[in-house]
Amino acid sequence: MKPGAQPNAPGLRRDALRERFALFGLSLPALLLVTVIMIVPIGWLFALSFVADDGSLGLVHYHRLIAQPAYGRIFLATFEISAMTTVICVVLGYPLAYLLSQLPRPLANLCMIGVLMPFWTSILVRTYAWLVLLQRQGLVNTIGIKFGLWQEPLGLVYNLNGTLIGMVHIMLPFLVLPLYGSMRAIDRDYLRAAANLGASPIRAFWLVFFPLSGPGLLAGATIVFILCLGFYVTPAVLGGGKVIMVANAVANDIELFFNWGATSALGVVLLLLTILTLALASRLVRLDSLAGGHRP
Amino acid sequence: MNWLAAQASETQITHRARLWLYALAALVIAFLMLPTIIVIPMSFSSSQYLEFPPPQLSLRWYANYIHSDAWLQATATSLKAALATVAVATPLGTMTAYGLFASRLRLARLIMLVLLAPILTPAILVGIAVFYAYVRLHLLNTLTGLVLAHSVLALPLVVMIVSSALESYDINQEMVARSLGATRLRAFLLVTLPQIRFALVTAALISFLTSFDEVVIAMFVSGGDNSTLTRNMFNALRDQVDPTIAAISTVMIVISSLLLALFQTFGRSRDGS
Repeated sequence: MKPGAQPNAPGLRRDALRERFALFGLSLPALLLVTVIMIVPIGWLFALSFVADDGSLGLVHYHRLIAQPAYGRIFLATFEISAMTTVICVVLGYPLAYLLSQLPRPLANLCMIGVLMPFWTSILVRTYAWLVLLQRQGLVNTIGIKFGLWQEPLGLVYNLNGTLIGMVHIMLPFLVLPLYGSMRAIDRDYLRAAANLGASPIRAFWLVFFPLSGPGLLAGATIVFILCLGFYVTPAVLGGGKVIMVANAVANDIELFFNWGATSALGVVLLLLTILTLALASRLVRLDSLAGGHRP
Repeated sequence: MNWLAAQASETQITHRARLWLYALAALVIAFLMLPTIIVIPMSFSSSQYLEFPPPQLSLRWYANYIHSDAWLQATATSLKAALATVAVATPLGTMTAYGLFASRLRLARLIMLVLLAPILTPAILVGIAVFYAYVRLHLLNTLTGLVLAHSVLALPLVVMIVSSALESYDINQEMVARSLGATRLRAFLLVTLPQIRFALVTAALISFLTSFDEVVIAMFVSGGDNSTLTRNMFNALRDQVDPTIAAISTVMIVISSLLLALFQTFGRSRDGS
């Protein structure tokens, strides 16, 4: 043994490694729970989606998704609705996050309560509230007609309009919170420098601030889009049966036909689309920043 | 006016030039708050139609709620499920976050990814998958089954919250305790735990709300005597819209607001960061 080396170095190393694995073992109960309750059953459905109704293996259920134009329309509608919701959220959420990020902290925190309140209110409660607000004799139509903005009650609910309003309302905090966090982190000296060098406010915003807020915006928009793809409750209630997104189609298929293979195929495609979107987004933006906005 | 001409930000823009921004932000905040606020007066309406403003004030919808066994039972189920989810997800998630953090194995990142999957998987897929499994495990319409499924949803949130608290915590303090003779468990309980307690409170509150507000999975796996409040509300919203729902919504808003107040008081204090 060389002088100065630990007398029992291999033993200590073994102990250290053993301890690290023991610590790692602390995560096993959670892992077991997620595996048994979620991963194995989803894997099971995945396998079922390749079993035809007569028990043979094949892509029958996937062929059906392609052959029946109804499914194509549902996927297209899901994409359109998710994209529209994301765009509206960006248009409304970006200016709000921008302003909040410039207000003094106490005032910004006060305004944040407005953003967090819906976040903490049940989705069903909010969906119900929109039903009340948007119906033909609802508050929105009453006010609109009283002020002469429109003459006839508008059909704001039980259609695409209602669905979009409800979805934007649910998703807006998911955009504003991460965006606000990333905007707060932008060094204001860059803007001072731009102004100092003669940039007009608008030029300084577009050339300096906006690009710096890009990653936060992209992360927020991605999370909004992905969560929209799987929406079920809002289209089911505020869409009044006229708006069918993939999740609604999954639920209808199970309730009406009880065909696990066909329904699973639909669910698997939805999951793949979600993963694909996530993979595309992760090439543009660091994925852990997606979760970064949860703690304001 | 002086204020209007003053500079509003580093870009030297004046307040006057961006009054539109203030107006837009105020409208968006109003849009966000309006639905929650409107439900409360609706619940005190005497009319059975969804009129606003209510023609007269009355407590009849609360009376309806209190006298309905189905709604009360559903409320009890939801509260029980939410509390049990807190009891399952918070310790399991904390153990996981601590284990992965302290073991410093490369495998830990992969495990983290698996544990985060429940957030990003569409709820409807989790719903039908869990339903399919529960039929075989005989867990359908049981409180146990509901709590296990909700715990799976709450776990990733707990792990994320506790992990981020641990990141900003200096693990060497635990080493000091151990070098002074404390066992690993004792060192964790006496040194680490008190320093991440705010994160634990936050994680527990979020677990509670995750379960209490969850609709889609509850729709598939809860039923009969173990129907949740959200499941019953969802069914009611699809057929007959009745102001009893406004009363129940108000009760739910009060519960959420109380939790939010708790969160503001205990959860957001300094987490050792």
